[in-house]
Amino acid sequence: MKPYRAEPKWIPWLFLSPFLVTITVFLAWPLVQSMLMSFQQTYGPKTSSWVGFANFKFLLSDPLFWKALRNTALFACGSVFIQLPLSLGLALLLNRPGLRGRAFFRLIFFAPSLVGLVFVGLLFGLMFEKRSGLVNTLLHAMFASFNPEFAWLQEYVMPSLIIAALWLYVGFNMVYFLAALQNVPEELMEAASLDGAGPWQRFRHVVLPEILPVVSFVTLLSLLGSFQLFELPFILLGGPGPDNRGLTIVMYLYQTGFVTGDLGYASAIGWMLAFILGSFALVHRLWLKKEEAS
Amino acid sequence: MSTPALTLARRKSLMLIPVYGMLVFFAIITLIPFAWLLCAAFKSNTDFFSSLFLPTGDGFLGVDWGRLTLGNFKKLFTEIGIGNAIMNSVFLASTMALIATFCSALGGYALAKFRFPGRDWVLALVFGALVIPGPLLLAPGYKLIYQLGLLDTYAGLILPAIAPAFGIFLFRQAMMNAVPTTLIESARIDGAGEIRIFFTIVLPLVRPMIGAYLMITFLGTWNNFIGPQIIMQSSDLFPLSVAINQLRGLYGVDYGMIMAGTLVSIAPVLSLFLLLQKEFIAGLTAGAVKG
Repeated sequence: MKPYRAEPKWIPWLFLSPFLVTITVFLAWPLVQSMLMSFQQTYGPKTSSWVGFANFKFLLSDPLFWKALRNTALFACGSVFIQLPLSLGLALLLNRPGLRGRAFFRLIFFAPSLVGLVFVGLLFGLMFEKRSGLVNTLLHAMFASFNPEFAWLQEYVMPSLIIAALWLYVGFNMVYFLAALQNVPEELMEAASLDGAGPWQRFRHVVLPEILPVVSFVTLLSLLGSFQLFELPFILLGGPGPDNRGLTIVMYLYQTGFVTGDLGYASAIGWMLAFILGSFALVHRLWLKKEEAS
Repeated sequence: MSTPALTLARRKSLMLIPVYGMLVFFAIITLIPFAWLLCAAFKSNTDFFSSLFLPTGDGFLGVDWGRLTLGNFKKLFTEIGIGNAIMNSVFLASTMALIATFCSALGGYALAKFRFPGRDWVLALVFGALVIPGPLLLAPGYKLIYQLGLLDTYAGLILPAIAPAFGIFLFRQAMMNAVPTTLIESARIDGAGEIRIFFTIVLPLVRPMIGAYLMITFLGTWNNFIGPQIIMQSSDLFPLSVAINQLRGLYGVDYGMIMAGTLVSIAPVLSLFLLLQKEFIAGLTAGAVKG
């Protein structure tokens, strides 16, 4: 066979150049900057002074940061323990053999995740209004004893955020679970049925082990996403909310960096967040390794 | 003879009735906020407070259709000039989608189908970039955009995102599965140049991923808030997300108009998705489920 013309050596580098240039300029460089900035105090992007570890020291004793961390963790718990089970439940319902209209239902459940967080914030902000809001009016119509003056956005900040996030993300996660469920081999299910396994046993011992990689992946994504929560409370509450009950880590970062103007302290918050997210990812990796080994 | 099988089939479909019941229940809950938004956008401010969905009356279906109004939209387009923000969003989202998809396909192709020294190193960079949380880059990214003199320009929004690691990763997966190496090699034997191979052979083979990624980027840009909120300063350059949020500060009590603005902002992406949902969902789950 005649040897074909060798590719010019620089071709792959040419194809990768947009990625390599932008990752250097807009990712690697800012990362280095962020590292340096976290040891500085700044006033806007122009002036700064070195403060050593003061930002991190202050961060660890900053009650507002701990409040933000607690709020964010609470929201993440809502995502993992309420949202994901609901998503999985819906996916199991949609995966029933012989079901008609699967694509139709999937479309409806998925639709909210196309609505941007800003717009969800605006919509739910009005829906949670005391007297005129949809939520209180509906609840009052269904349960006469329900107080239509119930102050969601003043008294129940985190539940409001979790409910809005439920509407937004349940269908999104469901799509992943459904795709995983549809990959579970038909024969496995039949064999289990023949062995006399009930629905719960089939789920626990056949379905769950099969979809576990996707479940763990979606859980990780959900945790990472929850810990970066910003736009939803920022719009829905118009800020940190009463008594900072809706303050999240990223909202605190935004406020210190872009309202107060201390980009240095904001960078320190950013590294703290990266550390938290990194540990989640690390735990997930270790767990995956252990699963593969066993 | 066939009766036992028939009753079994019938029993199976009877067992699905509670499943349908639950699905319909959740579907209604999902749709109610959309319905409320749609109604609120067409109501005057007095009707917004006096009726939950549509104003009641003696018209068709017990609704007073005459009370519905286009006033909110008129005000949005004439007084607020929302048309400008729509054009800004359309421009930003489609530009970003086209550029990011093209650059991601190029990069993904290079990583999937070429052997060259340093490839593993670049691949590690892609995975490294994937795990960097966005908020970490907010403060230094803002400073960089300021130093480059790109504050309040679209370049400041577009340039950082022309070749996202996520896109490179998705296209690399797609290229490895859908593009046979032998096809590329035989094209080379026939004397086709690398660039021509990319455009005429490789791109058509990953058309589903192109569609999905165009949509993912379009949607992401359309809904992006924090980027333009930090970088853009002139209100005539604001995309919808920032412009609509400003509305609430300036016209906080004008609920009908805010809902009309929200409707105008989400309707285009919802209808686009209705047309392309299959490709979109396939693209979204491709990386997660196959891997």
